[in-house]
Amino acid sequence: MSGILIIAEQRRGELRAPSLELITAAQPLRRPGDEVSIAILGKAPERHVSALSLAGADEIITGHTAAAEFDPDTFEAAVGALITQRRPDVVLVPHSVDSFGYAAALAVKLGLGFATDVYDIRRIDGELVATRGGYGQKVSVEVDFPGRSTVLLALRGSSFKAPEQSSAPRVTVFEAPPVAGRSQTRDFIELPATDDVDMTGAEFILTIGRGIGEEANVAQFRELADAIGATLGCSRPIADAGWLPKSRQVGQSGKTASACKLYIAMGVSGAIQHLAGMKHVSTIVAVNSDAGASIFGVAKYGIVGDIFEVAAELRRQFEGDAA
Amino acid sequence: MKILVAVKQVAALDEDFEFRDDGRDVDPDFLIRDLNEWDDFSLEEAVKIKEASAEPTTVVAVSVGPGEVDEVLRKCLAKGADRAVRIWDDALEGSDPIAIARVLAAAAKREAPDLLFAGVQSSDQSHAATGIATAAFLDWPHAAVVSQLTFAPGAATAVFRRELEGGLLQEVEIRCPAVLTIQLGINTPRYASLRSIKQAAAKPIEVLSPADLGLGAADVGEKGSASRVRRMFVPDKGHAELIEGGATAQAARLAAIIREFKGTTP
Repeated sequence: MSGILIIAEQRRGELRAPSLELITAAQPLRRPGDEVSIAILGKAPERHVSALSLAGADEIITGHTAAAEFDPDTFEAAVGALITQRRPDVVLVPHSVDSFGYAAALAVKLGLGFATDVYDIRRIDGELVATRGGYGQKVSVEVDFPGRSTVLLALRGSSFKAPEQSSAPRVTVFEAPPVAGRSQTRDFIELPATDDVDMTGAEFILTIGRGIGEEANVAQFRELADAIGATLGCSRPIADAGWLPKSRQVGQSGKTASACKLYIAMGVSGAIQHLAGMKHVSTIVAVNSDAGASIFGVAKYGIVGDIFEVAAELRRQFEGDAA
Repeated sequence: MKILVAVKQVAALDEDFEFRDDGRDVDPDFLIRDLNEWDDFSLEEAVKIKEASAEPTTVVAVSVGPGEVDEVLRKCLAKGADRAVRIWDDALEGSDPIAIARVLAAAAKREAPDLLFAGVQSSDQSHAATGIATAAFLDWPHAAVVSQLTFAPGAATAVFRRELEGGLLQEVEIRCPAVLTIQLGINTPRYASLRSIKQAAAKPIEVLSPADLGLGAADVGEKGSASRVRRMFVPDKGHAELIEGGATAQAARLAAIIREFKGTTP
């Protein structure tokens, strides 16, 4: 039982960025003689070797699978075979939509120690301890894995920084076992553009969340956004309810506020999926009536108060300004 | 034709709360309980399929938890579930998602549904693991984060879309019986009518123990789990500078932050 195995992810030929963060996460877990191996699965995994050749990786495993894209049966068979052959101490995967689809099943089938949405890992007296959030991220939870020789951990994105320096890990070719897949990908569908907003390119975003209460209240925040010159965004519940188009949703399954420098969140509690799309922004101002809302954990400035009162006063501050 | 819907009673924290004496969980006196938000959508999806089906279709809600969980099961009955099953024994205390999944799988074997739905994750502990782990115990095909589903009762396969990161959708065909974890927004969950709430209050909830499902002491609780909680604590909340004062003062400061940003941006 030695070594650390990382399972990288690719989709439609593109390496998924959180995969690289796992190399950094793996380093403090090394024990003398431990190697860090990173496996990439697909029809043509070789194409990702150079992008994966980063400091901290000792080996890249190119795993050839019959399926080009993620499929749970394919991943469980391939990763399962790698774990069985190599008996690593720790297996790291991104906490992602794809790992949601296979990691727990693999943990069951191989009897692995298992935790998801982990954002910190350490060894305490030699034992692996993982930290994750609990009760809507309001508490931290330390978990351990008594009696497990291999532990599978799904790590939250952006918890670790990908290594910047490149290296020349050795490359090992792996033929994944054949599977009789029970599900087949038929197609990928891009989110249709329902309006011409560019959330990704916006530098100043005002986002509204569940705290706005009802659809009739959207209009006043749209006017406020116009008045202060911000692009209006929203969290998931607002888009799901159809109050704003999906193209304005910031978060894991929506848009990432990539170019944003000032982000004002009103009535957004700060679900982890929302934070994934905006927590990197340098100036975040959170306005929420719940002082315990998770959004305050990533904000630079916090206003605990009634969003309608603050919005109305802010609107007044900008009266007379050209929109 | 039968659809089994696994539901969870989740807990939110009171504004002020205390940890249990052993420091491994929050004192239950400070928890506010409700049906997991995701499960509201998976139940609705099952009820919608039932309502559109020409053949008789049964929707069964199943949950693992003590007596207070009856409250969320009654909610499921009021929203259209035909039956409700609750599984509990004190030996289940300390179970992680893997142990819970073992129990749900045993219940699914007994019920033999055509589809099993679970929420993508729970709003309290956010493991995103229980549904897919249940599929592994059953050795059924499975898929996570389903945001659109087409299933004709009696069909050998279902077609669905998974919601991937960045809004991309993956369309997949899967063999049934299968386990699907259901994403928020797949439908619009209904409100229960007063009449249906009253009717649900009179319906029985079937209560089983793990032993009734053929499970032993080593299958549940900490022994049957793949992880164990060591401790819980309040994390460093970050360093948000709180803007104090009334709404007028707060808005004035916020306006200054906005004007400063605009002044430094071309």
